[in-house]
Amino acid sequence: MQKGTIYALILGAIPFITLVFALPLVNRVEPVILGLPFLLFWILSWVVLTPFILLAAYFCEKKFNIPKEGEEE
Amino acid sequence: MNAALIIIFATIILSSLVGIFAGRRVKMNLENWTVAGRQFGIIIIWLLMAGEIYTTFTFLGASGWAYSKGAPTFYILIYGALAYTLSFFILPALWRVGKRYGLHTQPDFFIKRYESRFLGVVVALIGVFSIIPYLQLQLAGLGLIVEVSSNGAVSSRVAIGISFILSCAFVYTSGLKGAAWVAIIKDILMILAVFIVGIGVPYIYFGGFGKMFRALIEQKPNYLVFPGAAPQMDVLWVMSTVLLTGLGFYMWPHVFGSAFSAKSDKIIKRNAVIMPFYQIPILLIFMVGFTALLVIPGLKNGDMAFLALVNKTYPSWFMGFVGAAGAVTAMVPSAILVLFASTLLAKNVYQTGFNPRASEGKVMALSRFMVLVIMTFALFFAIFLPNELVPLLIFGYDGVCQFFPGVVFGLFWKRVSKIGVICGMIAGIAAVVILICLGRDPFLGMNAGFVGLVVNCIITVTISLAKNHLKQKSEL
Repeated sequence: MQKGTIYALILGAIPFITLVFALPLVNRVEPVILGLPFLLFWILSWVVLTPFILLAAYFCEKKFNIPKEGEEE
Repeated sequence: MNAALIIIFATIILSSLVGIFAGRRVKMNLENWTVAGRQFGIIIIWLLMAGEIYTTFTFLGASGWAYSKGAPTFYILIYGALAYTLSFFILPALWRVGKRYGLHTQPDFFIKRYESRFLGVVVALIGVFSIIPYLQLQLAGLGLIVEVSSNGAVSSRVAIGISFILSCAFVYTSGLKGAAWVAIIKDILMILAVFIVGIGVPYIYFGGFGKMFRALIEQKPNYLVFPGAAPQMDVLWVMSTVLLTGLGFYMWPHVFGSAFSAKSDKIIKRNAVIMPFYQIPILLIFMVGFTALLVIPGLKNGDMAFLALVNKTYPSWFMGFVGAAGAVTAMVPSAILVLFASTLLAKNVYQTGFNPRASEGKVMALSRFMVLVIMTFALFFAIFLPNELVPLLIFGYDGVCQFFPGVVFGLFWKRVSKIGVICGMIAGIAAVVILICLGRDPFLGMNAGFVGLVVNCIITVTISLAKNHLKQKSEL
């Protein structure tokens, strides 16, 4: 596996950790942040961050991966 | 004629005309019809995928769950983000396989990867059986929205009849391209409606969403954490459900097939990056459901919360606008569902299963004919037996997500075997059916579909490894 792909996979794991496995730890109303109960604030924050995480993954692949034959560059 | 009625019908008819004209200059063959000639750029594929994902169910269901169940509705916000993250890694590889071998559908992939026509037919049939109830749900939602927003002037049956026949007309003439063009109109209308209502109602009744949440926390302190008002849907249920729906999402035959319509693997990868932005309107839909709970408590059917609150708050012409947005929101996914169900039946059941030598022209003609057959069938059920198929929907997601090991291992693991995938799929589906029939869903707090998926993965991997092992032994 190429280095960029490994970095991308690590980044791609973040939404799964925060939005699935961390849920039991954040299942609470307080503190209310920006008017949102904590659970909803947590979920929304990571959903909004996901495209930026994927953007970082995209650039990691671009930077560290040598394009294989058959893949368009 | 009232203003609402005019807005609804004008929108339905104009959008359908756009869809019909979309394919005017295209010579229709299977490639152009099902995957739009693999020509879609990043904007149109984004709008198309959003068009498939944001259905009437999102409109009515997300607010309805917020109203009747509370926090468990958050799963709808989560699973999209997981699905898009996954698609970043899976879809580009899938697209390349599709391009290289000229694949159009999901069963095409299974046939090519596992060199098994039998598996192709099985996947096609499971796909069609999962699509039909999903289509019924869209039509039921459409009927409900138009009937309520026209204040009863148009009955749900008439609304379903007219708009579904028009949807089938544009999919018949223009294929996926028609659906994509109508999706542009749909997305604009729906986003507008969601923003106006989602920001508007908490502001009108409470002076902002912060104050609305404060009132909700005071009245029902446990409503905004799992399991909310649904004791069966605790944290474990949410975790297993978001994994199931997140992994299963791109396994829907129509979503899977749409990935092939992108111009390049780069486009589909960049699309995965920007897809999660489309989740944000869901937050606003939740706001509507929560506000409705405080303002109009005690509705018998939670799914009516969105419409009931809009009806109470806004003038009737605006209700017409919401009705129009809701109708087009149902038409786009319905059209795409019909398109892929027809192609599955013509290409992967008839051609693969019975007549491998059928010419492409014949398959194309049969696909179009199947549009009419499915339309008639779906209309009959939607109008005369509207509640008969909806219970099947629970099997829909649980069914299609069983394709996940076959697709993902198929793409990335050389050793996965045909027999492993077939056994895994059968075991997974059997586990789901048994649990649901025994009334054990959720099972140990987990979604039964997720349990089925785990069983499926274990069996697929074990048999694939065992088979390789035996083979190596016999070679020694």
